[in-house]
Amino acid sequence: MSYEIKIQNFEGPLDLLLHLIKQNEMDIAELQIHEITHQYLEIIDQMKQLNLDVAGEFLLMAATLLHIKSKTLLPIPEDEEGEEEDDPRAELVRRLLEYQKYKYAAESLEEFPLLGRDTFIRRYELPEAAPEEDAGLESVGLYELAAAFQQLLTSLPTETVHEVMSEQLSVTDRINHILSQLSSQPSMGFSELFGGTPTRQEVVVSFLAMLELVKMRLVKLVQAASMGPIWVQAAVDLSGDDISQIQEDHLGYH
Amino acid sequence: MDTIKLKSVIESLLLANGEPLGIKRIAEMLELPNADVRQAVKDLMEDYELRQGGIRIVEIANGFQLRTPVENGAFVKMLNASKPFKFSRAALETLSIIAYRQPITRSDVEYLRGVDSGGVLKTLLEKHLVRILGKKDVPGRPIIYGTSPQFLELFGLKDLSQLPPLKEVGALEEETPLPLPEKQPMTELSPSKG
Repeated sequence: MSYEIKIQNFEGPLDLLLHLIKQNEMDIAELQIHEITHQYLEIIDQMKQLNLDVAGEFLLMAATLLHIKSKTLLPIPEDEEGEEEDDPRAELVRRLLEYQKYKYAAESLEEFPLLGRDTFIRRYELPEAAPEEDAGLESVGLYELAAAFQQLLTSLPTETVHEVMSEQLSVTDRINHILSQLSSQPSMGFSELFGGTPTRQEVVVSFLAMLELVKMRLVKLVQAASMGPIWVQAAVDLSGDDISQIQEDHLGYH
Repeated sequence: MDTIKLKSVIESLLLANGEPLGIKRIAEMLELPNADVRQAVKDLMEDYELRQGGIRIVEIANGFQLRTPVENGAFVKMLNASKPFKFSRAALETLSIIAYRQPITRSDVEYLRGVDSGGVLKTLLEKHLVRILGKKDVPGRPIIYGTSPQFLELFGLKDLSQLPPLKEVGALEEETPLPLPEKQPMTELSPSKG
């Protein structure tokens, strides 16, 4: 007996079980655990033969099925009351019924008039504008920050010659540089941090310096719209004298 | 402002806003009672229905929005044919579980689906269809998730009560929702990571 099964079509073990139940024209509530376990294990075997990585969830379900099967083979111990023995299939049956509900719900969800597929709205994107005041600025998430850094690195000219650099850039120097720039202007563009055509090393050091400043809560990063340009703003008043120069040893960079 | 003018203004607001616009917001802007605005929006909706044109007013996420009717979808789609809209089954399943059972933790979603759902959940979060509602007050303080207003907008729903009732198929009796294993974490049920 062989089962022609496209393994990748199953969302998980519950989905596979529902498929088997349907194929065998069984009632979920009257789950024939012996037959289903047998067929389920056969499919798992096939998955292995196809060198597919059988997800742990499928193996766990196999164990659960075998456990239930073994329980049904054992004589049922009488309760003190002598009634209502627990059906070992009960929990699995409930999970299958519940899963089936959401499976159907997912199918009907797809029938809804989807925006962008069945129905459309008018969209007009404002051209990117420099932020005026604080109004409407959102704080920048980690994804956006990493993406901006990545973009900056890829826009660098590739260095074709390998040369051992003797010049040492210091994160501390960059921090103090950024702080002094921010003391004269309240905010600056993220890309301005790296001014001109910096080397890869300068970019990395500047980025580290900026992260340090965020960590010290001296600056904050904002953007006017998601995927919009990122702005660096002073989080405290930097024009006063109370911000002392950052000392090298506080940071642990060399 | 007479009724004709009010309807005209609201129509302009809906066109210019793009996103669903609520009665309350319009009423505040125009400094008019909610009831007047609601009546004007209702009349406007009827006008659009009667005209049977290429634009409808639809109630979405507790607001109103100008949309193209579904029967014209195939034509409008030609404008941006490069972006076919498709959900994976895993995404739809996860989304429907969250929609019906919110607020819900990731481990509860995984218990119901029987598979790891971290990747799907991350995608749904990135697409802003699902949002973090907070943390559950149980040991470990797991994050609880729910659907976002963008979810309602995407599926054209006024609110969550418009979701179709869950179909009970093959159930022997009226069942209460499956109680999720709250006290014991998923250690017994979820597969080991290794």
